[in-house]
Amino acid sequence: MTKTQSLWNHGVKIGAIGGVSVLTISLIGMVQMFGKRFIVADFLPMGVAIALILTILTAYLAAKKTSIPDKSIQLANSVISGLMTAGVLSMLVIIGRSIKLRTVFVEASPQLYNILTGGIQGAGGIIFLLGVGLLCGVFAGILILLNDLWRKLIVNALATVFVLGLLQELIMPILKAWDLGVTNYIAELFYAMNGLTPMGAILAMIIFSIIYLSWYANREKIKKGYGDLPKETQKKTKYLGLLILAIILIVLPQVLGLFLSEVLTIVGLYVLLGLGLNIVVGYAGLLDLGYVAFFAIGSYVVALLTSPQIFDFGLNFWQALPIAVICGVLAGVILGIPVLKMRGDYLAIATLGFGEIIRILVLSDFLKPWLGGAQGIGSIPNPNFFGFHMVKPQHIYYLLLAGCILVVFISLRLKNSRLGRAWMAMREDEDVAQAMGINLVATKLLAFATGAGFSALSGAIFASKIGSVYPHSFNVFISINVVAIVIIGGMGSLPGVVIGAAVLMGLPELLREFAEYRMFVYGVALVVMMLLRPEGLLPEQRHKMALHDEPETEAKTAA
Amino acid sequence: MALLSIQNMTKRFGGLVALNALNINVKEKSIHSIIGPNGAGKTTFFNCLTGFYRPEEGEVLLNGKSIVGLSPDRIVHKGIARTYQNIRLFPNLTALENVMVGYHVHLKSSFLGPILGLKSTKMEEAKAKQIAMDLLKYVKMDGKEETLAKNFPYGEQRRLEMARALASQPKLLLLDEPTAGMNPRETQDMMDFIEHMRGEIGITIVLIEHQMRVVMNISDIVTVFDYGKMIAEGLPEEIKNNKTVIEAYLGSGDAADSH
Ligand SMILES: Nc1ncnc2c1ncn2[C@@H]1O[C@H](COP(=O)(O)OP(=O)(O)O)[C@@H](O)[C@H]1O
Ligand SMILES: [Mg+2]
Repeated sequence: MTKTQSLWNHGVKIGAIGGVSVLTISLIGMVQMFGKRFIVADFLPMGVAIALILTILTAYLAAKKTSIPDKSIQLANSVISGLMTAGVLSMLVIIGRSIKLRTVFVEASPQLYNILTGGIQGAGGIIFLLGVGLLCGVFAGILILLNDLWRKLIVNALATVFVLGLLQELIMPILKAWDLGVTNYIAELFYAMNGLTPMGAILAMIIFSIIYLSWYANREKIKKGYGDLPKETQKKTKYLGLLILAIILIVLPQVLGLFLSEVLTIVGLYVLLGLGLNIVVGYAGLLDLGYVAFFAIGSYVVALLTSPQIFDFGLNFWQALPIAVICGVLAGVILGIPVLKMRGDYLAIATLGFGEIIRILVLSDFLKPWLGGAQGIGSIPNPNFFGFHMVKPQHIYYLLLAGCILVVFISLRLKNSRLGRAWMAMREDEDVAQAMGINLVATKLLAFATGAGFSALSGAIFASKIGSVYPHSFNVFISINVVAIVIIGGMGSLPGVVIGAAVLMGLPELLREFAEYRMFVYGVALVVMMLLRPEGLLPEQRHKMALHDEPETEAKTAA
Repeated sequence: MALLSIQNMTKRFGGLVALNALNINVKEKSIHSIIGPNGAGKTTFFNCLTGFYRPEEGEVLLNGKSIVGLSPDRIVHKGIARTYQNIRLFPNLTALENVMVGYHVHLKSSFLGPILGLKSTKMEEAKAKQIAMDLLKYVKMDGKEETLAKNFPYGEQRRLEMARALASQPKLLLLDEPTAGMNPRETQDMMDFIEHMRGEIGITIVLIEHQMRVVMNISDIVTVFDYGKMIAEGLPEEIKNNKTVIEAYLGSGDAADSH
């Protein structure tokens, strides 16, 4: 490949992809929508930050893909790519300012053009835009030329600022909640009312760099030092870590306040759902897209048994809970039987149908006398804990925490057992698994039943938290959310499910503007994950067995 | 008495008769080789024995009891294990987990045992682990228990697959071209290994090979397939000089392999 070819293939073409990406997020309104939320107060809105990140990322890719091992060509490619991206946007601004594009693209507004051109009218604005593209290209080129350590340092420092700015609404109230002189001072030093202060952004970068560099300089020592510690001490450190985690989890809703605790309970419900689906999809490899059915069944069982509205059985939450879980398990088996012979796509489509069937049944006039139809069932009492009414989201949080701990425990125990291995073998190769003596019918049904039970547990808590259930709460998007959580978190990985739920369910609650783009972002995230990190954010650790049997090996050496 | 007795077994795929009225007896503790050109029906023969396919006609008796029509998982319980011509490990499970899955039929725990941490479950898990470790050692793969199966080189994958099959503690082990893709040196090692295994574990082995030469030294008896039919059976020496066999191999263009 000649140099000109490379400049065309990598610089211009990849730059054009960058241009189209930024154009897309501009025309669907993401840049403007996130224009009111600042990463750095009054300076860097999140919408612009995302556009810049995309530009730099494509410029970086343009340089990285360059097949000629020549630094100047790489640099040229990233600069061309940056300019190209800006060029595409300039076209938008030029065309948009002379013709009215709004009849087709609702979001192609003068405000958008002002954001893109830094508020400068006429040719000056275009020059500004191209200048920013050029800078992005140069920056990406520099990143390519730097060595690994510095590149990671810069990227991670910027990422820190981005995350800190993004989570302002989360971190600021926590700091303020202590109401101490120090925390108030820190809060005000770092945060303005709408994002990081410029000072805070710079400080965050400096602090991150110091921590990162000192870790980097001593990383060998730290790792070796930990490895050299006696097994007992290592174990104690591990327990200490768990203890700290437990304390954080217990104290969390107290410092977070009402709104954020509400967000936490939503995350918690989805963690439970994710852990259940993780058994079905992550362990057993059965792609179930109708998972919401069991969530609905759990909810409705609790509603019917505890609400006075339809039958007035007069049970309390704790009496209804096990019945709800058992109904979920039974439904898992019953819906599992017809799909036993199906694999892959066919299974996914069939289960997708089941999810909808359950919702439509509940909605139907025919079952209205028993299930309440579209009006649903209301007046579901809150759980009562030894006379204490769990009304606030903070209280429900503890209920969910207990549920999650139970489910994590069960998942871990099952995973390293005969059943867990059978699930995973089936996921890897169904025919061979059967040829190893695994009974596919029983193993599949156990996976469906276990997952359904966890889902029903989540549904039961959901019903008593909300106080009323409606068929439309149980649409297919819940199933899709949960599948996305499991895949993006990392199939088969328990921490992955937690992270996945926090990112996919928690973040959108914090960034309310985001709601409109939720499915769009999920789609992009899934595609990007499949391309770059198919194993997920926090992939499953496959070394658990080694850790599990330490006592045994110790006993052996002692003997 | 024969450990395995196949009587009049026929398997068709549409119009193609893949196995044609086979009658074969496998003696206990023997190494019984099945050879034949590509497409002769050797793999199909294994698939019929292990319940993956159901033969249209005929009978398969293991220790005098019929196993025809049982599902693959039931047949493992009866004591038949196999390996695959194109290795089929569980790629994302560790070596140890692969072998432990092989031991599945001897474990009893199901759902509640591991959750409640029952003593019986813990004990059988420990035993399963020990057996799997021993088997990995037996195939010279100790120290690699935690490596994912997909990360092993070809030769080790073959041995791991064999360890997994042995883990079910079968009476009869079916090996489908265990030397496929190996160079002459590795092939010889594999044959030595199989011969040792028969002696040490005292197991009956049916060995599929595509090259005739390879199995001549270790086989007690050789059966030759061509186009789904058994065209010859006998001691290696007899087969080597059998005219029909040589013709079958000549006809299929595999002549170079037969000398
Ligand atoms: N599942 C199947 N469906 C149709 N034809 C098959 C199937 N399996 C094998 N065959 C055919 O049966 C014949 C024997 O194949 P196989 O047993 O794999 O041969 P070998 O293992 O001796 O090389 C071939 O002609 C093959 O195409
Ligand atoms: Mg074959």
